[in-house]
Amino acid sequence: MNVETYRTRSIMRALTDRAVTALAILATALVVAPLVAIFIYLVYRGASSLNLAFFTQVPKPVGEPGGGMANAILGSGILLALASSIGVPIGIGGGIYLAEFGRGTKLANAVRFTADVLNGVPSIVMGVAIYALIVNPQKHYSAFSGGVALGIMMIPTVCRTTEEMLLMVPHAVREAALGLGVPNWRSVLSITVKTASPGIITGCMLAFARVAGETAPLIFTALGNQFWSTSLNDPIAALPLQIYVYAISPYDDWHRLAWAGALVLIILIVLAVSLVRFVTSRGVLKGAS
Amino acid sequence: MGVGIEVINLNAWYGSNHTLQDINLNIPANHATALIGPSGCGKSTFVRCINRMHETNPIARVTGTIRIGELDIYENAKPVEIRRRVGMVFQRPNPFPTMSIYDNVAAGLKLNGYSNHRALDEIVEKSLKNSALWDEVKDDLKKKSGASLSGGQQQRLCIARALAVDPEVLLMDEPASALDPVSTSKIEDLIFQLKSQYTIVIVTHNMQQAARVAEKTGFFLNGRMVEFDATHKIFTNPSDKRTEDYITGRFG
Repeated sequence: MNVETYRTRSIMRALTDRAVTALAILATALVVAPLVAIFIYLVYRGASSLNLAFFTQVPKPVGEPGGGMANAILGSGILLALASSIGVPIGIGGGIYLAEFGRGTKLANAVRFTADVLNGVPSIVMGVAIYALIVNPQKHYSAFSGGVALGIMMIPTVCRTTEEMLLMVPHAVREAALGLGVPNWRSVLSITVKTASPGIITGCMLAFARVAGETAPLIFTALGNQFWSTSLNDPIAALPLQIYVYAISPYDDWHRLAWAGALVLIILIVLAVSLVRFVTSRGVLKGAS
Repeated sequence: MGVGIEVINLNAWYGSNHTLQDINLNIPANHATALIGPSGCGKSTFVRCINRMHETNPIARVTGTIRIGELDIYENAKPVEIRRRVGMVFQRPNPFPTMSIYDNVAAGLKLNGYSNHRALDEIVEKSLKNSALWDEVKDDLKKKSGASLSGGQQQRLCIARALAVDPEVLLMDEPASALDPVSTSKIEDLIFQLKSQYTIVIVTHNMQQAARVAEKTGFFLNGRMVEFDATHKIFTNPSDKRTEDYITGRFG
């Protein structure tokens, strides 16, 4: 190869390198842009309605100015706590079964298929199903039924990410534990799951963030509530429900509150996810992969 | 103290693949025994039968007898108990990535429910000293992850981890094949020291390594053990033509 072709190829390589880098940056920007745009717009529309009352008061009756969404913030917290306490353990347990104990069995394939289908079930269908299974027999709407609806929606995401993350743990790590005379169940829980835990936590946070904004499954279950309520047996307010009700109302001040509610919802999700990340990343050792 | 291993008519399969055929040999206590042979000849399968790791693969099957000391390991013993008596070091260093150096060494004991902290401290120190790693890591025991060490250090960490459960036998499946020459010679020095306390079985592709560390050497070919004898005999005056062809580099 003579010097001339070498030079041309070298220039070509440099140009390709630049072009690909530019495309990657562009793609990154396109990923981030919608979130930033939504956030800026929410701040623009909602920030002016945010005040102390928003976080401390319950909604005022129609016509009275002021009021807040304190009960909806609390209600969302209760619903999500209930949903997580259902969705996270069942999802992780199912994922452990799929990856570690049931690998290759018919039952595991059936569970995996069911989880994937469940993941594709529209959220309104989930609401209707829980209405038929819990609300209708009990003859009343309740926070409990709402939490169950959201919890079941979390299961497939948590389950499948747990499975994927466990399968990524190198075989050598499992063998190391078994080679030390550690029983298989102990090796799975203390070594494999622990090694995969950052990914599993990410899966849980994805599921959490997704159901935190769900409105449809709550319409037939948690229903919403204009007043303070912490009882699992009564209808309960939730931020997405409150936003929905306010947004479709004909009143301007309710519209403003809806914008503020949407802004608060996004901020709370970001805070919750960051908090979990912070707590679970402490104690990670230097050089741990 | 190490114990001898007696292998009688051992056969092993992966699915329909008959990977070990009629293996008979006596591995002496407190010596290093090397197993050599071309890739796929069954050496690794053989050592994995000694601590019953072979059967962790669902399609694997074994027949025959292995006695470790007085214990018939396929007759009246649980795999987990065997594996505590027979430590294993793998080809690629495999420290637990989320654990500190200390926890890596203590893992075998902790995961089996051992929780005497003062005793653990002593065992960790002793194991790391035995694996010649103590001086390099003693200041970062609980601060650094096992995965942050160099490859050679990781392998010595894995040896320490195996030693911490106080086995009688130490199986090493090509323990230095992923390491550079300096780390390799450290591991070999270590084998030399350890064989006074443990019975060591080392699989290796490196014939010089077998000659350096082992008193006895076995040559495996196509799932059979062709020859088993004193190392110097195998390398200077093998009785089987196939052994001679292999060690002179005519195949394999």
